[in-house]
Amino acid sequence: MSLRRFNWPLWLGFLLSIVTFFSYFAVFIWYPVTRDFPWANLLLFLVAAVLLILGLRRAFASDRRSSKILGAIVTTLGALVIGFFLFAFFVGGRALPASKGAPLVGQKVPGFKLNDSNGQAVSLEDLLAKPINNSPPKGVLLIFYRGYW
Amino acid sequence: MAISVDSPETSRNLMQQQGYTFTFLSDPNADAIRRFDLVHAGQGEGGHDIARPAELLVDSTGTVRWVHLTENYWVRARPEQVLEVSKLLK
Repeated sequence: MSLRRFNWPLWLGFLLSIVTFFSYFAVFIWYPVTRDFPWANLLLFLVAAVLLILGLRRAFASDRRSSKILGAIVTTLGALVIGFFLFAFFVGGRALPASKGAPLVGQKVPGFKLNDSNGQAVSLEDLLAKPINNSPPKGVLLIFYRGYW
Repeated sequence: MAISVDSPETSRNLMQQQGYTFTFLSDPNADAIRRFDLVHAGQGEGGHDIARPAELLVDSTGTVRWVHLTENYWVRARPEQVLEVSKLLK
């Protein structure tokens, strides 16, 4: 394959779609501005999509059948990567239970007694009684998270 | 205080890795999580129930002062947000 014939927009677009996918988890997730709404990833995906389309047009302008097939496959794979990210973020991320019975402001929370990371049983009362800097805590923040299963 | 279905060992690893010093509680069968109605059914490994992300600020009487139920699990409460509402505690 000669350098002139190499369909660089196609491959660059494909590479960029993959890099952009992983960049969310490797880079952008660490900054609230790019984490809560993935605009940096959306911009990069847009560039990748433009490159893929240019690459596809170039592939189909070729008189060789193999270029067209390769172009179609690579573009489809790139589109799948972009589509998977968009789906996971905007559809999958929103698939959460309504939690209508969760405690509301002004309500008492249910009691609990659970093992901490050292295997010691800890209750809400314990958390509210254990002094911090020699004074009783004013309250406690309960963070529920999905877990690292 | 953080709560999940993770085992104490998993939480210990996480704390060491991230340098967290606050309490991590282990609710392997999601019993307490269920009492808070914060279960995300079947989302864990092997179809186990796990917690949906949620943050609750509770005062010294055990009463909720602030609650944050995210609409998208990629989005969580930010530290600045929590520091701001912690002023509600007297």
